[in-house]
Amino acid sequence: MKAKHQRLTLAILAVIAVIGAGFLALYGLRDNAALFRTPSEIAAAPVPVGQAFRLGGMVADGSIEHLPDGVTIRFLVEDETASLPVLYSGITPDLFQENSGVVAEGALNAGGIFVAETILAKHDENYMPPELAERNLGGEASQ
Amino acid sequence: MHIFANPTRFLSIARPLTPWLFWGGVALVAVALVQGLFFAPEDYLQGDLVRNMYVHVPAAWLGMAGWSGILVASIMQLVWRHPLAGIAARAIAAPGALFTALCLLTGSIWGRPAWGTWWVWDGRLTSMLILLFLYFGFMALASASDERASISRIAAIFGVVGAINIPIIRYSVVWWNSLHQAPSISLAGSTIDGSMLWPLFGSALGFTLIFAAIVLMRMRGIIADIRIEARLRRMAEA
Amino acid sequence: MAHWPYIIACYALTIGGTLGMAIWSYAAMRAREKKVTALRKGGDE
Repeated sequence: MKAKHQRLTLAILAVIAVIGAGFLALYGLRDNAALFRTPSEIAAAPVPVGQAFRLGGMVADGSIEHLPDGVTIRFLVEDETASLPVLYSGITPDLFQENSGVVAEGALNAGGIFVAETILAKHDENYMPPELAERNLGGEASQ
Repeated sequence: MHIFANPTRFLSIARPLTPWLFWGGVALVAVALVQGLFFAPEDYLQGDLVRNMYVHVPAAWLGMAGWSGILVASIMQLVWRHPLAGIAARAIAAPGALFTALCLLTGSIWGRPAWGTWWVWDGRLTSMLILLFLYFGFMALASASDERASISRIAAIFGVVGAINIPIIRYSVVWWNSLHQAPSISLAGSTIDGSMLWPLFGSALGFTLIFAAIVLMRMRGIIADIRIEARLRRMAEA
Repeated sequence: MAHWPYIIACYALTIGGTLGMAIWSYAAMRAREKKVTALRKGGDE
């Protein structure tokens, strides 16, 4: 009986130690493990021109413009407090649209515009039929 | 705690239970997937692609539930030396790894058209890949254990330590910004519309029953193996 | 419409993988349980 209690105590201590170590590791990782930086993070800690990074946020409502060359688009990536213009030439993912999330890989140019080489679409956790979306979102998110 | 300690008693329950779990699961999965493929509505944003949810989410759930099972079995083996704990842990490892791999594969196939990439090193995808490697590590340690009926102390400790990855997977999308979206289902409710939620629950429950049947079959296989070895040894000695 | 190949691939992988694992586990279990019975019979004689 005593040996069993000893093993139980050891096991509980081991679990606590592992959880503690895990949280410490996560705390240390929390900036490096982020996939992208938001426009307000860029505003607070500017990135040098030409240095590659990932920019993430929402595609601002009404901001997607097709440039005259036919392949380049320009749009604004925004979060709650800041926004950044993005240029991209190429095919966008199916879910790339205004008022939806985006993660762009690229770098800032001298004019402060983010030139993206890759565009990834990020959607949110809501799933619903189109009729319901029309009613809930006023149709703004459906094509 | 030791109700099922006797393998014979365990077998007398496991034998009749296995076909019920398996065929019940198959029936439930069949209904849920037909629902999901043909009758559940399209998503307002993703269209038909949302139907991948009915296989991707159950696979993710079982990959994580599998390791939770290994955690419980490892603790029962370490603390109480429960005679079935090691057998259960061994039996869970292969199907757990399978569903983790299926989650990664279906996620990748879903990500290509939806996000525009097969793979990205964000917190959710990376922690799920780590879970797959944890399964491989556990299977290697368990097969290296001397006893067939239990797993070595190292393997059991690995089972406990590896469980730290489960909350990391769950909260990876909350702690770090990622490409994968936040959880849709939580204690607070669901952000999946009811018309899509029911086929999802049916599919998840059905695959869970099949998973349980697979674990029971593998446990029965291991118990039979132990008996064969014991009998052959006795025959050799006689 | 272009999405169906992706959906079919996901379903095929999941269903195939699950059935494969179930059949493998069942076959292994049956073979061993039969061997146990055979050994037991052999031992009783």
